[in-house]
Amino acid sequence: MWVAIAVGAVSCYALKLGGLSAPKAVLEDRRVQKVAELLPVALLAALIVTQTFSKQQELTIDPRAAGVGVAVIAVLLRAPFLVVVTLAAAAAALLRLIA
Amino acid sequence: MRNEAEKRVIRDALGIGIATGTYGLSFGALSTTAGLTLPQTCVLSLLMFTGASQFAFVGVVAAGGAPLAGAATAALLGSRNALYGLHLARLHRLRLPRRLGAAQFVIDESAAMSLDTRNEPLARLGFWAAGLSVFGCWNIATLLGALGARALSNPSVLGLDVVAPAAFVALMAPRLRTPITWWAALIAAAVALTAVPFTPAGVPVLLAAAAVVALSLWSSHDDERRVETDSGEVPRNASHVDDTVPEERKVG
Repeated sequence: MWVAIAVGAVSCYALKLGGLSAPKAVLEDRRVQKVAELLPVALLAALIVTQTFSKQQELTIDPRAAGVGVAVIAVLLRAPFLVVVTLAAAAAALLRLIA
Repeated sequence: MRNEAEKRVIRDALGIGIATGTYGLSFGALSTTAGLTLPQTCVLSLLMFTGASQFAFVGVVAAGGAPLAGAATAALLGSRNALYGLHLARLHRLRLPRRLGAAQFVIDESAAMSLDTRNEPLARLGFWAAGLSVFGCWNIATLLGALGARALSNPSVLGLDVVAPAAFVALMAPRLRTPITWWAALIAAAVALTAVPFTPAGVPVLLAAAAVVALSLWSSHDDERRVETDSGEVPRNASHVDDTVPEERKVG
């Protein structure tokens, strides 16, 4: 775990420093900009669906789906971050309590 | 003596720090329930110090993925911080020793606070004020969240396993601005779900990233051709800098 933490932290720092030090031409490159715009969206979308609909290597639908559904509604209603997260967790917990 | 404008920048920076503190609370709680120890959780906030990447790291670990797959996802998400350098390097013109220090504070919030291009000293103040205020609040909140979650017995009963995907929904929403970003999200989700039954946990997310990098390269190639033919539009840049700052906190 510590190795992974170190690798992750060093890579994130290297990206920050690299951005401050890289030649302008690289960062102004259209392909670089496109990747940096779309990559975070893609990763977040992939993380959302895998952590909602999968358990290890199985696809499942369980109370987590309801929780994330509540989160989507809260975000659409422009709720603050902590409210989004709390409502989502509460919805999933409530559903488990009933089941 | 500080003038009014400087005071306003510092006040905004403190507000942003407190707002991100709430993410920090959830991160601390999530990280300990994912199985990381208290020191591991705090070291992530101190050294990795970029929220979405940290959520991704512990999210992959919580889902049973290999820690190194988590690290790879975190690094890919951190790629956007590199682009902030385009604007920040021009603003700061830092020499090496100071640049090493400044780099750690290159995050969404500090980049957004340094967008005032009409007043460079104020923009530099915004960068440092936001960077330091978020750093302080984020780390304190991480510790509190981690301590709080340790007191709880069964996280899934409390729905804490939904905290990460719910946080990702909140982080992704402001980025879905153009049709191509929607396509990126949909393709990534489809690729990830398709890969789940066939690959170990953590890998589907990386495959989704690879698919979308291919999409970006293809679509920027397409853009280039369009620009060549009507030679009008200048590609937008640096305007994505303020993405994750909540609407009401946006500067400039």
